[in-house]
Amino acid sequence: MIRKHAPWALLAAIGAFALAVVATSRGEMINALWIVTAAISVFLIGYRYYALFIARTVMRLDGARPTPAVRRGDGLDYVPTERSVLFGHHFAAIAGAGPLVGPVLAAQMGYLPGTLWILAGVVLAGAVQDFMILFISMRRDGRSLGELVRMEMGMAAGTIALIGAFMIMVIILAVLALIVVKALAESPWGSFTVAATVPLALMMGVYTRWIRPGRIGEVSLFGLVGLIAAIIFGQSVAQSSVWGPAFTFTPLQLCWILIGYGGIAAILPVWLLLAPRDYLSTFLKIGAIAALAIGIVVMAPPLRMPPLTQFIGGGGPVWSGGLFPFLFITIACGAVSGFHALISSGTTPKLIASEDHAPVIGYGAMLMEAFVAIMALVGAAILDPGIYFAMNSPAAVLGSDPASAAAAVTAMGFPIAPDVLTQAAKDVGEATIISRTGGAPTLAVAMAEIFSHVIGGNAMKAFWYHFAILFEALFILTAVDAGTRAGRFMLQDLIGTVVPSFRDSGAMVPGLIATALCVGAWGFFLHQGVTDPLGGVNTLWPVFGISNQMLAAIALMLATVVLFRMKQDRYAWVTMLPTAWLLICTTSAGWLKIFSSDPKVGFLAHATRFSEAAERGEVLAPAKSAEQMARIIFNDRVDAGLCTLFLVVVLAIALFAVRSCLAARRLDRPSVHEIGGEAAV
Amino acid sequence: MGELFGLIARTARMMVGLPDYGAYLRHMAEHHPDQAPMDRTAFFRNRQDARYRGGGGRCC
Repeated sequence: MIRKHAPWALLAAIGAFALAVVATSRGEMINALWIVTAAISVFLIGYRYYALFIARTVMRLDGARPTPAVRRGDGLDYVPTERSVLFGHHFAAIAGAGPLVGPVLAAQMGYLPGTLWILAGVVLAGAVQDFMILFISMRRDGRSLGELVRMEMGMAAGTIALIGAFMIMVIILAVLALIVVKALAESPWGSFTVAATVPLALMMGVYTRWIRPGRIGEVSLFGLVGLIAAIIFGQSVAQSSVWGPAFTFTPLQLCWILIGYGGIAAILPVWLLLAPRDYLSTFLKIGAIAALAIGIVVMAPPLRMPPLTQFIGGGGPVWSGGLFPFLFITIACGAVSGFHALISSGTTPKLIASEDHAPVIGYGAMLMEAFVAIMALVGAAILDPGIYFAMNSPAAVLGSDPASAAAAVTAMGFPIAPDVLTQAAKDVGEATIISRTGGAPTLAVAMAEIFSHVIGGNAMKAFWYHFAILFEALFILTAVDAGTRAGRFMLQDLIGTVVPSFRDSGAMVPGLIATALCVGAWGFFLHQGVTDPLGGVNTLWPVFGISNQMLAAIALMLATVVLFRMKQDRYAWVTMLPTAWLLICTTSAGWLKIFSSDPKVGFLAHATRFSEAAERGEVLAPAKSAEQMARIIFNDRVDAGLCTLFLVVVLAIALFAVRSCLAARRLDRPSVHEIGGEAAV
Repeated sequence: MGELFGLIARTARMMVGLPDYGAYLRHMAEHHPDQAPMDRTAFFRNRQDARYRGGGGRCC
């Protein structure tokens, strides 16, 4: 007994010490490796004790029980897959831009709040959610979240959850596209390299379709060479007096380019553009994450951001609102991400070879994503806070030249000289880094810092910066393309409940209409974000966070219902605790976003401020005309309506969940709807 | 060494949604010896279409 637990006790001591260093340092800079050490210790202990407790005692996993892959094995959709291979599959599917962006934005409160939330959130909520949904789907033939909700909570709850999921998808696509716009605006080098991926992907598509079908490794290597060439060549393009301006786009131009691109990409055959770019972005993502981990360990940089800033009380320039509840929705992916419920009930449960593999894949892969989030937070925190705030504050706060930006950031309490900002922009080969909001450029500067420390020194900084931008833009664009397709099918399914002919996924007209509706929906929010006075991320990211966490709450409520139905009531706290926390955070954040009297936080207060000014005939900045005033008011009301919709969805599901739990309690036997094997008792 | 490379290759392919062709052949030989299995190209195209049918499962 002692021998079994002694190494873990030692690990706990190391982790506790590292956390103490992280949490108690005041005044002097600490090394990033303390955070990394604390995170790894917490994750390992969380896995060894909590995940295995859930597996053995709460779920009662049974390694002998055949999984869908074994029972229904067809060599195609249902394939018993090696554990490590499936781990890679699952991790590649869950890790996207979210865990990289949220923590960067959260760094405005200092590195400590974000770190603690990621560590506690993933162990107690995020990984539990992924694991539970994988478990539930695995015992139900690998069905999807919507179907699972329908099975365990009824038809109405399932439909409501589907509508919620579609709206969340729309917001995710809009906010992801907005990040690309923010990263590429006025950056010919970045725009060229990202544009170059389109012909590159087309060539790769033709290659894998006809020349050497299925040779993914080969074609990805060619693609990688092409990407690197595009980055190197991009510098000359940016400097050219002809091509430089041709690839310099305003945010609004990029917005329309992306909307057009999204619509076209989503109706092209998948092998031509989506699949090859998926290969590139997946391998690049895994490679970049691994390189970032190695880079942080080799460089062992000190954290220059203070542990806490004055913005924990609210009033921060990056996003509005105080630590509670807004920190907990700003970092969604990495701590707890509702979207993972869709992945955990997607392909993974159909591929799992044994129930004994579920903890590593369900819980473990999410810990890995949390580690990615920790690295992103470290990246933001190793930058000079002056640079961080100059990059992430809206132009309305900073003005547009280095002198005004440096003065504004210095006034916030983070002294910085104008020429430091100019030099930082020059180092990464950009005209300016001021108000490059959205998180991606900040992370790219941090990655350039880390990578150039390991390879190439200062001379390579500009290359690494654009490499990082390309890596982020590439997988965001892949997500936009794939998400538009997924949204299209969701929409066809939803409309199909009213107009049955819409369901036919092969039909041309319904497909085009659903695609146009889907692109139009995220395009609306993207356009709103691009024209937003506060830079868009400020407005849209919280809405995204709220919606994503609400989906997580829905998934955890489903898990709670299943535990009640399994007659495992006494362990239902495992899912009820995180559900309660998410409901508290999302409903209070949603409520504040709608009704807060502070126009910076509340949509309605903001709309009122503008409409009162409009009645007096005034035009408030940044609007330049009465028409723009009207648009801002309209957008505010749409956003408020959207938050209301999310609140209604989550509260409705909560009612269904309570009803289902009570009904399950009244029975004296389990009432789960498992497929295959006896219902676990 | 060859085994490790095989594992990495299978993981990389599965990351982009392409299951093992060998496993498919074994399944067909074992359970459907009467049917001709798809060749490698047809298998690849079949899996590619399947991956993106619902959007291609990917997170934010």
